[in-house]
Amino acid sequence: MPSLKDLKNRIESVKNTRKITKAMQMVAAAKLRRAQDSAEAARPYTERFNSVLGALASANNKDSGGPQLLVGTGKDQTHLLIVMTAERGLCGGFNSNIAKLAKTHALKLVEQGKTVKIITVGKKGRDVIKRDLSEHFVDHVDLSEIKTVRYTDAQGISKSILDRFTAGEFDVATLFYSKFVNVVTQIPTAQQIIPASFEDAEDSNAQSMNYEYEPSEEEILADLLPRGVGTQIFSALLENGASEQGARMSAMDNATRNAGDMIDKLTIQYNRSRQAVITNELIEIISGAEAL
Amino acid sequence: MQVDVVSPEKLLFSSEAVSVEIPGSDGDMTAMANHAPLITTLRPGILRVVQEKGASEYVVTGGFAELGETVSVLAEKAVLKADFDREMFDELVTAAQTALDSARANMAGDAVDMASKSLSDFNILGENLGFK
Repeated sequence: MPSLKDLKNRIESVKNTRKITKAMQMVAAAKLRRAQDSAEAARPYTERFNSVLGALASANNKDSGGPQLLVGTGKDQTHLLIVMTAERGLCGGFNSNIAKLAKTHALKLVEQGKTVKIITVGKKGRDVIKRDLSEHFVDHVDLSEIKTVRYTDAQGISKSILDRFTAGEFDVATLFYSKFVNVVTQIPTAQQIIPASFEDAEDSNAQSMNYEYEPSEEEILADLLPRGVGTQIFSALLENGASEQGARMSAMDNATRNAGDMIDKLTIQYNRSRQAVITNELIEIISGAEAL
Repeated sequence: MQVDVVSPEKLLFSSEAVSVEIPGSDGDMTAMANHAPLITTLRPGILRVVQEKGASEYVVTGGFAELGETVSVLAEKAVLKADFDREMFDELVTAAQTALDSARANMAGDAVDMASKSLSDFNILGENLGFK
């Protein structure tokens, strides 16, 4: 049985923890709003880009002589996995969910006899990958200094990936990040970016139009495809940012609530033992008086 | 005619307009209502959206434009001309210069041509804006 003093100390320390988690929750809520705004602001560009690129790609895909970014290298031996996680923890299952998805994917590919290379974005993912899949780890992109993600950051990542592709280091690239649905739901997603896939870009409107192209169709496609990689990485970074804050917000909300429950329980225990001490003292006094 | 100017980071302009002057990579063009469907890439230059009450100008660095019943300009980087300052310009020129240098060092032919074209486009843009 802990002493009264111990109990009091514990209640105090849980109260302090609750203050911290509450503050973190509020900070995450503010950051979430900002992250959602920038994700929202990027959406028109991404949507239109994908619809144009999708129309171009489906027109060009029929003959197999299209650019490699679209039709692939003709094999799928080496896979590059780009695992995007947060720079910081304390956001529930956010980081581990993404890492877990990437890990299962990687192990499945290894089982099939493929070569797997992994690039990580975000410190937390790097730690997991380095621990469990260190032989596949090739590079890490450090974004810890960056407060708000700009398009140029995505361009930097996309450039290094494209350089690797041109150098023939891999055949297929897949992006792992978390899609933001709402504050409590974030879905870890795997998205193939090279060769480009356009499942949701089946825009009948864009396809039915017969566009003229200036300069030629091939040149535009060759210009747009590398940009497409950057755009997809950018939108993944933004989605991931919003997801991270959402996950942190609900995790910290849970933690605050748990701390509250714990304080209630400890306070009851404290009061009971206080009462027990008083009763004990009374019994001692009374029996002492009776003995006289 | 509905005109949208979007960059990856935000929607800059979305409203009715009379015409749009677009710095296409094969030359400038002006799009008015009911333009034939066309997709063109952009070169670094000034994009001018003309409305009945006046015109707004943006500095764009690249991207593409989709013309049809509506005009959508998807610029890689787009800034209001009034907000575009020397510092941003210098940054872009330096980036173009490095791209050219690395293209010269590592690749041949088309890549070098494209990089040097992009640099000279920036220089012309700088002259137009009075930065040179």
